[in-house]
Amino acid sequence: MAESHAHVHAHAHAAPTSFIRKYIFSLDHKVIGIQYWLLAMAAVIVGMALSLLMRLHLVWPTAQMSWLESIWPTGAAGGVMTPELYLGLMTMHGTIMVFFVLTTAPQSGFGNYALPIQIGAADMAFPTLNMLSFWVTFVGFIVALAAIFVTGGAPISGWTGYPPLSALPEAGPGQGAGQTLWIVSLAIFAVGSLLGALNFITTILDLRAKGLTLMRMPLTCWAWFVTAILALLAFAVLLAAGVLLLMDRTAGTSFFVPGGLVVSDKIINHSGGSPLLWQHLFWFFGHPEVYIAILPGMGVVSQILSTFARKPIYGYRAMVYAIVGIGILGFGVWGHHMFMSGMSPYTAVTFSVLTMAIGVPSAIKTFNWIGTLWGARIRFASPMMYAIAFVSVFVTGGLSGIFLGQPSVDFYFHDTYFVVAHFHLIMGVAAIYGMFAGTAYWFPKMFGRFMNEPINKIHCWVTFLGVYAIFGPMHYLGLAGHPRRYSELTGVKFLQPLEPLQYFITIAAIATITAQVLFLVNVFWSMFKGRRCQEENPWESTTLEWTVPSPPPHDNFAGVVPVVYRGPYEYSVPGASKDYLMQTDPEGAAKPAH
Amino acid sequence: MASTLAPPKPQTAGAGPPPGPPGGGFGDDPQPPPQPDEAAVALRRYRTGMWLAIGGITMVFAGFTSAYVVRKGLGADWRSISLPPLLGFNTAVLLASSVTLEAARRRSLEPAAGAWLAATAALGALFLGGQYLAWRELAARGVYLATNPSSSFFYLLTGAHALHLLGGVAALFTVALRVRLQRVWRRRRAAIEATALYWHSMDALWIYVLLLLLVGR
Amino acid sequence: MPLLLAILIWGICAAIAIPFFTRTWWMPQAISAHARTVDDQIVLTTIITGIVFILAHLALGYTVLFYGKRRAGAATYSHGNTTYELLWSSAAGILFIGLTLMGTKVWGAIHFQPAPPGALQIELTGQQFAWNVRYSGPDGKFGALDIKQINDQSGNPLGVDAKDPNGKDDITAPTMPVPVNRPIEVILRTKDVTHAFNVPELRLKLDTVPGLLGRLHFTADKTGVFELACAELCGLGHYKMRSFLEVMEPAKFDAWIQEKLKEKSAP
Repeated sequence: MAESHAHVHAHAHAAPTSFIRKYIFSLDHKVIGIQYWLLAMAAVIVGMALSLLMRLHLVWPTAQMSWLESIWPTGAAGGVMTPELYLGLMTMHGTIMVFFVLTTAPQSGFGNYALPIQIGAADMAFPTLNMLSFWVTFVGFIVALAAIFVTGGAPISGWTGYPPLSALPEAGPGQGAGQTLWIVSLAIFAVGSLLGALNFITTILDLRAKGLTLMRMPLTCWAWFVTAILALLAFAVLLAAGVLLLMDRTAGTSFFVPGGLVVSDKIINHSGGSPLLWQHLFWFFGHPEVYIAILPGMGVVSQILSTFARKPIYGYRAMVYAIVGIGILGFGVWGHHMFMSGMSPYTAVTFSVLTMAIGVPSAIKTFNWIGTLWGARIRFASPMMYAIAFVSVFVTGGLSGIFLGQPSVDFYFHDTYFVVAHFHLIMGVAAIYGMFAGTAYWFPKMFGRFMNEPINKIHCWVTFLGVYAIFGPMHYLGLAGHPRRYSELTGVKFLQPLEPLQYFITIAAIATITAQVLFLVNVFWSMFKGRRCQEENPWESTTLEWTVPSPPPHDNFAGVVPVVYRGPYEYSVPGASKDYLMQTDPEGAAKPAH
Repeated sequence: MASTLAPPKPQTAGAGPPPGPPGGGFGDDPQPPPQPDEAAVALRRYRTGMWLAIGGITMVFAGFTSAYVVRKGLGADWRSISLPPLLGFNTAVLLASSVTLEAARRRSLEPAAGAWLAATAALGALFLGGQYLAWRELAARGVYLATNPSSSFFYLLTGAHALHLLGGVAALFTVALRVRLQRVWRRRRAAIEATALYWHSMDALWIYVLLLLLVGR
Repeated sequence: MPLLLAILIWGICAAIAIPFFTRTWWMPQAISAHARTVDDQIVLTTIITGIVFILAHLALGYTVLFYGKRRAGAATYSHGNTTYELLWSSAAGILFIGLTLMGTKVWGAIHFQPAPPGALQIELTGQQFAWNVRYSGPDGKFGALDIKQINDQSGNPLGVDAKDPNGKDDITAPTMPVPVNRPIEVILRTKDVTHAFNVPELRLKLDTVPGLLGRLHFTADKTGVFELACAELCGLGHYKMRSFLEVMEPAKFDAWIQEKLKEKSAP
């Protein structure tokens, strides 16, 4: 026993020394978390660039940009963006943002960094597998980038890739190599995700410190836990669907393509397949995927609101049930993406009721966030500002879902800009605010330096104005019936009166994307030149990562075993010696568990 | 393997913590709490991780199954294919490999484990060879991947299973080699248990695939 | 600074909400009874979500304004209130689920009930990137289709089978004239990929799925020309895949049919 204890200690202190082992092929969850976070930042820059090009083209469709032609000689011949280039950029914008930003930073980035420390462990359960997961994801990203620039063009079937458009190379430019690379990228990403998911779940189940019962876990850990379970179950189905689509494209099978099709006067040699089958498989994955994108952000916001309000989170137990409820219900609502697809109308009603039902746990979380702020003593540091902004955009984005979840209303709003407004506010804004908040909050712990607070605060509220200026008007475009995924606005007459709104959105997008430079510069400058953080707990927060140095040693707790005495959000406890009690603080520890 | 960190794990938390030593349970305690040995810790983690991996693989095949049921139900062009009888023999080989694997697993800390693991790997390779011959037999009859949806699923399901089993054979081979060559391997039992769990699951998955193909045909 | 933040939050809330009141950008006129029921459901949903939207932002701004750290005393130590949790969860559940159950009637009028007997059947076939509208002609029967006989140049984009007598009087057109106040049954097909039938004034949409026939029905009660704009990404021409629903007096419609039949027999 003593020998293995000492051996454990020896392991615990064996930190890597070479540059490659420390920063490239590291097994340390903290390094891997930062690698994922950096990958997401690279991806979000690419994704924003793609959306900027899209917005410019929509309102200046005939504009000549010779540099565009040098990158895409076919797609932008003569310097003018073709419809297929627009659709290709649109497809890759969605794909890169959903997978390489929103499924990467919130879960694999912050989760990898903070989860083991928050539960009192020295690392994740499988550090080697963890490193492998990152590099697999990285390869997936490279393949996705290749799809943007490959000869023949990027795929034009949207991030949802519906066949037959995605199954038939004849159906359009970009539907050759571009579409194949897209499928391969997703398959690689799915494998990386599955490996990461099983690591997270095992870590939470098996590596929690003494005293850290499940109901004493920070809500961040609950969010990462449920998200990992969703990922394990959902990405597996995406992988299956991708294999089938690849086979339809390359092996002559017909899972998704029926017979009797004529594309550009050519009779297509497929028969018997069902396009709806793809939609069911894809959305069975796709709906849990959007919860994968938002749950970690909700966890981070709960943690930050509580810390900076100096109040326990309102209704911890309800918050846990809400996270679990969203996870479970999330597997039962996928049909709401398919109300207009030709699916059985009776099944549509069932999906609709479940979709409305899933609004309830989301509402609970919103009430509880506001409840946490009620009676608080708010410290307006930048993480808190990002968290407060999150609540606003989450409410706005969530409420437009109440429209879309009713098939009777979806008759009108399906495939309009109303949908684009809805999912951008939730995923492209709220989830991103979760990432801003997490970065601002954990930055001092990660790098031992503070971000510049005034710049973050300006960034927070300029972005807040900006995103509402971009996505607010999209609701009105949808109300006017403006279809989505249109590469030009000149083909359909009733869109012409809506052009001023589209101009407004483009200007707002240019300004808002520019404002993100503030955040990016702040991140990279502060990493090296920010004010030093010498203390363990600059925010006076209660969870375990704030009991170790900033940045933490290689094995987090320097070989000692943390013991947990209380729940995660004990702020302003009456009679306590200060306005926060660390989870590891035994002061007055005869407290009943939640 | 050397850089893998084993977290020092105290006893599983019960209803609540006993009052800790002064200072918050940190720093140099007079008596360090008893540490379960690394082998037991690894065993627990490897088991959890492997069950989860099997959960993921199950979901992939659940996706394939759902596609199978839907595609078959669409009717018109589904043609029964008669399954090659060789599959029966292959199944027996795979079941036998589970028996040899159990023999290995129950002797995981003895030297004989290596031989039993190698035998399992060999039987697994034999199964894979037999599957290849079964595909050749179908091809000789003119039944290929794209011939009709029923054949597409046959090749897809048996192919996907074979791919996962190949991974299992590689794992068995690696573990057997390490058992043979490395005298002290603290994670030996955990590695063998995890590999066994995987292999038996692939066995069960094969039975499932076979039944699905027989019923659906 | 809390004041500035509160004003910003309330200001954004107002900026987003106001156009819903002023209806500056709103749905085009509803041209059928069904469309009006959809509008009622949309207005109801707007009111309910609007109230929640405004209340949530009022509360958020209020907390920012009144619960800053300079306020005297410590924060309230509370883990929440189970009664409140149950109350607002139930309220949300009843409201949200109730809304969609109410809308089921609107949904079912189109999809649980078939077209009224005697409805005029019109078949729409989408293709990259145009709509082919087919009428069955005086015999009321659509001719069989044979994809090998598809010939866009010679005016047979659907491949109406020359050997089928029922197809002799079929009329194929690029736009969709319909008589006003007459039930119409729309049969939706596609030649290649998935498209979607979409006329905003009808408040109706349905995908045209390869291998399937989709069905919708409506009765337009206002004359006019209304744009039909494809609503499912179908390739590079998706943005210009449009046609027109032309609602006209029955006499004019009959005249149009006669004219089309004459064109067929005397090319």
